[in-house]
Amino acid sequence: MTPSLDARTEHLLRELAPRVLGAVTRRFHDFGASEDAVQEALIAAALRWPRDGVPDDPRAWLIRVAARRMVDHVRAETARRRRAAIVVSLVPPEEQLALPADLDEGPERDDTLVLLFMCCHPALSASSAIALTLRAVGGLTTAEIARAFLVPEATMAQRISRAKQSIKDSGVPFELPAAGELAARLGAVLHVLYLIFSEGYAASSGPELQRGDLSGEALRLARLLHRLVPDDGEVAGLLALMLLTDARRAARTGPAGELVPLDEQDRSRWDRDAIAEGVALLTATLPRGSIGAYQVQAAIAAVHDEAASTEATDWPQILALYGVLLGMSDNPMVALNHAVATAMVHGPAAGLERLDALAGDPRLSEHHRLDAVRAHLLERAGDLEGALAGYRRAAERTTSLPERDYLLTKAARLREVRR
Amino acid sequence: MKYMLMMNTPSAGPYQVASWPKQDLQAHIEFMKGFARKLGEAGELVAAEGLAGPDQARRVRAGKDGKPITDGVFPETKEFLAGYWIVDVESAERAYQIAAEASAAPGPGGTPLNLAIEVRQVMSGPPKDLQ
Repeated sequence: MTPSLDARTEHLLRELAPRVLGAVTRRFHDFGASEDAVQEALIAAALRWPRDGVPDDPRAWLIRVAARRMVDHVRAETARRRRAAIVVSLVPPEEQLALPADLDEGPERDDTLVLLFMCCHPALSASSAIALTLRAVGGLTTAEIARAFLVPEATMAQRISRAKQSIKDSGVPFELPAAGELAARLGAVLHVLYLIFSEGYAASSGPELQRGDLSGEALRLARLLHRLVPDDGEVAGLLALMLLTDARRAARTGPAGELVPLDEQDRSRWDRDAIAEGVALLTATLPRGSIGAYQVQAAIAAVHDEAASTEATDWPQILALYGVLLGMSDNPMVALNHAVATAMVHGPAAGLERLDALAGDPRLSEHHRLDAVRAHLLERAGDLEGALAGYRRAAERTTSLPERDYLLTKAARLREVRR
Repeated sequence: MKYMLMMNTPSAGPYQVASWPKQDLQAHIEFMKGFARKLGEAGELVAAEGLAGPDQARRVRAGKDGKPITDGVFPETKEFLAGYWIVDVESAERAYQIAAEASAAPGPGGTPLNLAIEVRQVMSGPPKDLQ
């Protein structure tokens, strides 16, 4: 919230944010305004608690402050409407504004899941859903979210307010989706959490270190979701995938922030606790039957994480898992990884053969990753000339700065070897 | 994804703002202001700047002692950067759409200028796929 806030208070506030918002939204039926009111209450707490101490019932304190803001808001709205002479209510404003005693339905009521469904509504664009989820469920300020995505705060504020307007326009009620819709809507929630995680994971180096916090936030939200729906295999699968991927964070970048690929990482720097937790989650979930894409990806990550080196990796197992994943989704990046695994099991020639079959896919034919993978396999097959050309072409096509540096370094190294 | 939209104008082309009638100039300025406001309200604007004219531009390079050696911009320069926008959008198509809108900014007599806008993707951090 603010830099001066100690970690425990910040943790408490972020933990309470969605539950307070749930209670206020349920009472006032206006998600957008409630969200603003709760954000103000959080800021008020961040200013006052370090000075006055944390109140005995922090949750009730936040609800009370947010509700007071809502009353102010409703009062201002009523006055505005009266001036505009659009709505004339017969109920005196004092009665409209009276706060019922049951505003706080007790600490056992938790609307966090309802909030997540609302923020990750399919009517929203991915970037809007991400921003709204981080603010409403994650309790982050607009300024923090703007910093994480490297856009001005005013732009992020507009993105959030437009997202809230879309939700209002779509008329989604503040309740859990119907049973038949639940699985699909949960899928949308998982996708948003996955995007938040990968956004942070992608920028965990150098001056952009702060963005790495997004991964931590996604992990926290995934844990929260797993607590709310402990029996869902894909929720557990996504949490496991995040843990097993995040475990490699320290080894993933070199001292100058450069990208270190999996096969060159110092595996002693992997986070063993995170790996153990991810594997345990997966072990508890997999035997339960229906398997989804997140669980399979987590299983692949687990095979990598449990291997002592690239050579010691159980590649046949990884190849089989990519085969399962290919059957689940028509994702060209999965197909590329499948080709890499094929090369690891059956040799580079077999992998290159797979690549040739993929080159006709218009989603891949211009993609730098196809060139990069081909270069890698050609290098292993001993065709240095072809590898060099591939790395160079991939470097020209990538839009990622660290990846371009990595590919150019690869090409430069090959040129030296060749000489 | 972030994109930079660069408005390049030919030195001797239609973008000789200084010679436009006042009314046309005002319409052009209004358009540009409204355009930036709209991008901000859409939650897509990262930055937008107009640049001072080319006659104020200087070419700078380091001398042997590392001190700057400045030089005027030569009149034979065919094109110059008049301004740019950086937008954060969901797709390349959306960036092109925004560029087309900028390209249609009104010129003399209110006729769309249809200037060429160069659209370049801003390099991002490391790749996002997890494996």
